[in-house]
Amino acid sequence: MLNWKTGGVLLGVVFFLAFALVKPIGVSTQFVILDGILWQAVDPTVITQTDEGYTSTNAYLAKSGGKYAKNAANPWNYSFVFVLAMALGAFASSAMRRSVSREERAVPAIWRANFGPSAGKRYLAAFAGGFIVLYGSRLAGGCSSGHMMSGMMQTSLSAYIFVAGAFLAAIPLAMYLYKREA
Amino acid sequence: MTSIILAIVIGAAFGATLERIGAANPNVTTRMLALIDLHLMKTILLAIGVGSVLMFGGQMLGLVSVGHLSVKAAYIGVFIGGLLMGGGWALSGYCPGTGVCAAATGRKDALFFIGGGLLGAAAYMATYPMWKASGLLDNLAGGKVTLGTIPGAEYDGLTGLPGDLLGIVLGVTLIIVAFLLPERGHGGQVQATPAE
Repeated sequence: MLNWKTGGVLLGVVFFLAFALVKPIGVSTQFVILDGILWQAVDPTVITQTDEGYTSTNAYLAKSGGKYAKNAANPWNYSFVFVLAMALGAFASSAMRRSVSREERAVPAIWRANFGPSAGKRYLAAFAGGFIVLYGSRLAGGCSSGHMMSGMMQTSLSAYIFVAGAFLAAIPLAMYLYKREA
Repeated sequence: MTSIILAIVIGAAFGATLERIGAANPNVTTRMLALIDLHLMKTILLAIGVGSVLMFGGQMLGLVSVGHLSVKAAYIGVFIGGLLMGGGWALSGYCPGTGVCAAATGRKDALFFIGGGLLGAAAYMATYPMWKASGLLDNLAGGKVTLGTIPGAEYDGLTGLPGDLLGIVLGVTLIIVAFLLPERGHGGQVQATPAE
């Protein structure tokens, strides 16, 4: 793991470059876009092209002039490819150093220390956590990358409101759940 | 086409960096949230500070376009959503970006996180009209506002303070906080107890 000085400068520069060259980084919207892509594949009437652009039978995909509907209908756009490339970057970085052991892959050490070795239990918690994280992120309009990092960098008021809510819930819950460090 | 190449280059750099700083490792994020080990918190605070200083410094020097700012709206739902995001983050150790990165590093539990995430996002798509009607998505304090007023920006300022200077001051403040924050949290006594 990089020490915090190197890692912090590197991450700050990546955020700056994304901002300078294209736009601030954000991830959670792309879960909606992937849902839209999958939904459209099952039911092609969900997203339709109009004279002005795109719209959808789903009010959320249709909001803000149908910008989510448009991106779901055209997945090869900057934001969606960005998330795919992000996964590729993490994969390459990890594969080079074989950073995740076989045991870690199913149940992380800190989870194992507090809740035992059951993979099923861990998968259930990860699934539930994912549901809550994405429901909350979409309600808030962004996640750790879009609100917390990009938002605070831009001095957005909304970022501070989001960060207050996120840590107010996360810190007491994590302290309660993970009493053993592992 | 250029935008796709940029997406690949910047996206890959972002993913690799998240992996290298430990953000894609749920042990690291969980230890941070439980205030056991604040190393990652120092990294994140430094990153936000450095990003902010470069962003506003670049704007003041005319190197970066103010038009690239993308400020999100403030409303009550941001706080409620933040609480939910924080709760799920503590439970799973993942947030949307780091969950995807973790799955890419071979973590199977992160695949379940992504599955839950897709379902959670779909649940929000289904319940969005209810939130919209509740008024909790209505703009607060002007909605898309920054703390100061940034010259040339399309967004209003919450205050009349010069937004670019304020951005640099806050950025430097976050960098100082990153340096002052202790690396170890309250974890000392945890190690003192005998292992099971």
